[in-house]
Amino acid sequence: MSLILEVRNLKKVFKDFTLEDVSFSLERGYIMGFIGPNGSGKSTTIKMIMNLLKKDSGSISVFGLDHIRHEKEIKNRIGFVYDENYYCEELTISEMKRIITPFYDNWDDSAFEKYLHDFALPARKKIKELSKGMKMKFSLAIALSHHAELLIMDEPTSGLDPVIRSELLEILSDTMQDEEKGVFFSTHITSDLDRTADYITFINNGRIEFTAAKDDILDNFGLVKGARELLNTDFKDHLVGVRENRFGFEGLIKNKEAVKRLFRDSVVIEKPSLEEIMLYFTRRPQNV
Amino acid sequence: MDIIIANTSDDPIYRQIVKQFKNMIIRGDVAEGELLPSIRTLARELQISVITTKRAYEELERESYIVTVPGKGTFIAAQDKELFREMRLKIVEEKLSEAVDAAKSIELGYDDMRSMLKILYEEV
Repeated sequence: MSLILEVRNLKKVFKDFTLEDVSFSLERGYIMGFIGPNGSGKSTTIKMIMNLLKKDSGSISVFGLDHIRHEKEIKNRIGFVYDENYYCEELTISEMKRIITPFYDNWDDSAFEKYLHDFALPARKKIKELSKGMKMKFSLAIALSHHAELLIMDEPTSGLDPVIRSELLEILSDTMQDEEKGVFFSTHITSDLDRTADYITFINNGRIEFTAAKDDILDNFGLVKGARELLNTDFKDHLVGVRENRFGFEGLIKNKEAVKRLFRDSVVIEKPSLEEIMLYFTRRPQNV
Repeated sequence: MDIIIANTSDDPIYRQIVKQFKNMIIRGDVAEGELLPSIRTLARELQISVITTKRAYEELERESYIVTVPGKGTFIAAQDKELFREMRLKIVEEKLSEAVDAAKSIELGYDDMRSMLKILYEEV
């Protein structure tokens, strides 16, 4: 087992926000989704991985190397896709490419041509004339054309329509046919991850709520519905979050099997989506 | 080889895959020694996690439905024909006992049930 990305006890203190105890790791050959509400620390974490922001303490290693000491080598092997455009707007795609390529040791021009063709990107168009989806695909083409082993993407799907999002996910699964690669991407559109992601790391308010295989998460958590009087019993201890209405309650439980055994007939248990899990975690303080 | 995943099903996706492969093998739709798609190809085609397909293959392997040859791929294992027949008989038995239960719950007699079965058997 070789770790492509490892974050340990990452900490960063801002005036009004603290990111603390952030730890997770990703093996080669897998896709990890990094989820959390807006302002929970996703971009801050990614910026620290990319060393665009200095961490206060903790350690980050990429390909087993320290991310600052070996910054140059690591960045050669990372493909970074950001939700905002960080290319020069006035240049065309091929002009921008000519500027970028000298920075990468492994630049592969024929691969780039192929991606331009596959993604239907017009090489002579100026970057400011591209649609949001095209800009994202251009970033991705750059990332894939220097044979990056690790793709780090910050909200690559935000603001994109469902057609382009599903295209992106297909490109990602194609990339993952190579078992040596890894993908780490943050999103608040969790439906993108319901199927493709292998691991999910959930950050909330600057702390990691959980990091685990997606299948385990979806198998263990349960969406539970029942009569309100149940909330006055020790059933309450099983709840992560709850929402009451006039006719009953709906909540999230962490250990589906245990609840099934204990409260068999008094509740209805359903399979949650990642979005529902995220909602109940973030709603917790007000309602339980 | 068709594999259909239901997102709304209560069954985890890996179990749906296991079930469908088993059915294909039991029905004889796939032959012994046939090469299966790699876990990564299957994951890409079905747009699901690699962990899910891996888990499905591991389970099928544990129950000796498939074998993995390192460096070559995963194949349908040699199957015991007798055992298959046995398993199919068991399925018939299960379904019949379900029918018997249903019949008894409305006090349908054995003779009525037998004539019902006879009609159904000759119809199909």
